[in-house]
Amino acid sequence: MSDEREVLLSVNNLDVCFGKRNNRFKAVDNVSFDIYKGETFGLVGESGSGKTTIGRAIIRINPTAAGEVIFKGERISGKISKELDRKVTRQIQMIFQDPMASLNERAKVDYIVSEGLYSGERLPEAERKAKVEKALMEVGLLPEFASRFPHEFSGGQRQRIGVARALIMQPEFIIADEPISALDVSIRAQVLNLLSELQKERGLTYLFISHDLSVMRFICDRIAVIHKGVLVELAETEKLFAHPLHPYTRALLSAIPLPDPAREKNKKLEVYDPSQHDYSVDKPEWVEIEPGHMVWGNKKELDEYRKIVNE
Amino acid sequence: MERETILSVRDLDVKFNLRGRKLHAIRGVSLDLYKGESLAIVGESGSGKSVFVKTFMGLLDANGWVDGGQILYKGEDLVQFNTEKQWLKMRGKEIAMVLQDPMTSLNPLKTIGSQIIEAIELHQNMHGEEARKEMLSILTDVGIAEPERRSKQYPHEFSGGMRQRVVIAIAVACRPKILICDEPTTALDVTIQAQILNLIRNLKKKYELTTVYITHDLGVVANVADRIAVMYAGDIVEIGLCEEVFYQPKHPYTWALLSSLPQLGVKGEPLYSIHGTPPNLFNEVKGDAFAPRNPRALKIDFEKRPPYFQVSETHKARTWLLDPRAPKIDPPEAVLKLASEGVKGYE
Repeated sequence: MSDEREVLLSVNNLDVCFGKRNNRFKAVDNVSFDIYKGETFGLVGESGSGKTTIGRAIIRINPTAAGEVIFKGERISGKISKELDRKVTRQIQMIFQDPMASLNERAKVDYIVSEGLYSGERLPEAERKAKVEKALMEVGLLPEFASRFPHEFSGGQRQRIGVARALIMQPEFIIADEPISALDVSIRAQVLNLLSELQKERGLTYLFISHDLSVMRFICDRIAVIHKGVLVELAETEKLFAHPLHPYTRALLSAIPLPDPAREKNKKLEVYDPSQHDYSVDKPEWVEIEPGHMVWGNKKELDEYRKIVNE
Repeated sequence: MERETILSVRDLDVKFNLRGRKLHAIRGVSLDLYKGESLAIVGESGSGKSVFVKTFMGLLDANGWVDGGQILYKGEDLVQFNTEKQWLKMRGKEIAMVLQDPMTSLNPLKTIGSQIIEAIELHQNMHGEEARKEMLSILTDVGIAEPERRSKQYPHEFSGGMRQRVVIAIAVACRPKILICDEPTTALDVTIQAQILNLIRNLKKKYELTTVYITHDLGVVANVADRIAVMYAGDIVEIGLCEEVFYQPKHPYTWALLSSLPQLGVKGEPLYSIHGTPPNLFNEVKGDAFAPRNPRALKIDFEKRPPYFQVSETHKARTWLLDPRAPKIDPPEAVLKLASEGVKGYE
């Protein structure tokens, strides 16, 4: 990868905490990564690892405790001007996991899709309607659907409505939080195809948050692995699958169920035991071990990883 | 190889009454479950896979009923059961079930020890200290460390994976012959998922269980199944040994399901996707239920329901493509690729 790629979003030393004083819990701990323009960046981890929290911190739903988020050269974390806040909410959009829960049951599709347009100056009604129609067509739905309610749609169609709602704001960056986890196998493919088509047409950048590595491998350019709020490894997708270094990444990869009985029935599971790290004296850091491949480890571990890389 | 049949379903029809309209959820399904095997039933949501196994335990919702057919178990026809008392003999003792969500299948007000003991007292006729000892040994079996201390805790003190272990402990405490696992790992993380599947496999050996898995995850299926039944629109469209269904699938729906796996996709190219939605089972399905979504459907697919065609002794599929008169249609490329190369694993 060349260095000239334009960085769209960078997260530097981000901490997110919940709770107060004695009860303080650090959900995201010193996380840093860059997302390039036009790429699909994957964030993978188990439930409770903080992957969703990072997404929410970027879009300013969860306040940051330390560190900063830079979007197109401007800091968007912490206290920012109203103007910038409005710009951020327009240019960064989110697609949620459960299409059954993320659409307002009492509103018509027309309103759901265009809700974002109501903030800021009002558009003339005709223009708003035209935008809704266009957004619906772009996600493969019929313009007539605007007058229907969410319960009239199937899961796949609902997720398309969720995508249309994000698109209508003409965002540059979309955070997709488990966008296909709640969908059936056959519908998943439809939504995945839609997301990649839109990316090609509009040069969108995605942050794809998921626990499903097999889907990630298909759609992501680079993947970061997070464990208990700490990024443990980041690399280009195929590199990560070919040469995982961190033991947690290896355990995660070995656990993916493969739809291939010959392989699946003979696979070896690697189990990750966090106590294998001795970080009492030798503190771990986030190091670029080879170009584009970051890993979390202390000096001793990094030396071992380097040996593996050089082999 | 002659295999002993433990449960046999014949031409089962299940219907539901929804706001005055009849929904035909299971459309004439027959299935033999062999003793000691592990059968996986695969299908999308709404294909009827859960409803199908619920009929084995008399657990259909109040608006649903078995409209015809038989379920034979140990010489009795379960369809004829009409009192709760008859069902209570079956549930737990003969057939036990592990449900998807361990968060909702445990009683939050009772310690997990007492919940397991309840099952032991009811089904194994043990009491007091004896039952308690049995409970501790089962907890050890399902891989819960420090059973003595943990048994006095409440469900909220357990993580998702641990709760699922407890649910499994309760199921095996009944000493069932058949264990039905309905999406047992869908709510769990991948690393935990692998552990739970291993656990069920080990318990199956230890307690000589026959297991039925219901899932939509083909990865899980590949891991656990000896045989696979593919369900679509309330019917088993293909059934065969695990390898047969994965490597030599015959039904266009099975083809479509396998082709839409992201593991078989090529990056940068669109993934195969099935158009449309499953048929509305309020209406009578004509011909092959999958025909409207099958771009290469034959004319007869829309007119007449295909019978089963035997592919091998263990493998059959309901598709006209297997009729000797049918034109030769090759499976899609992705399916051939799966058979020849398999999917990319790691390392």
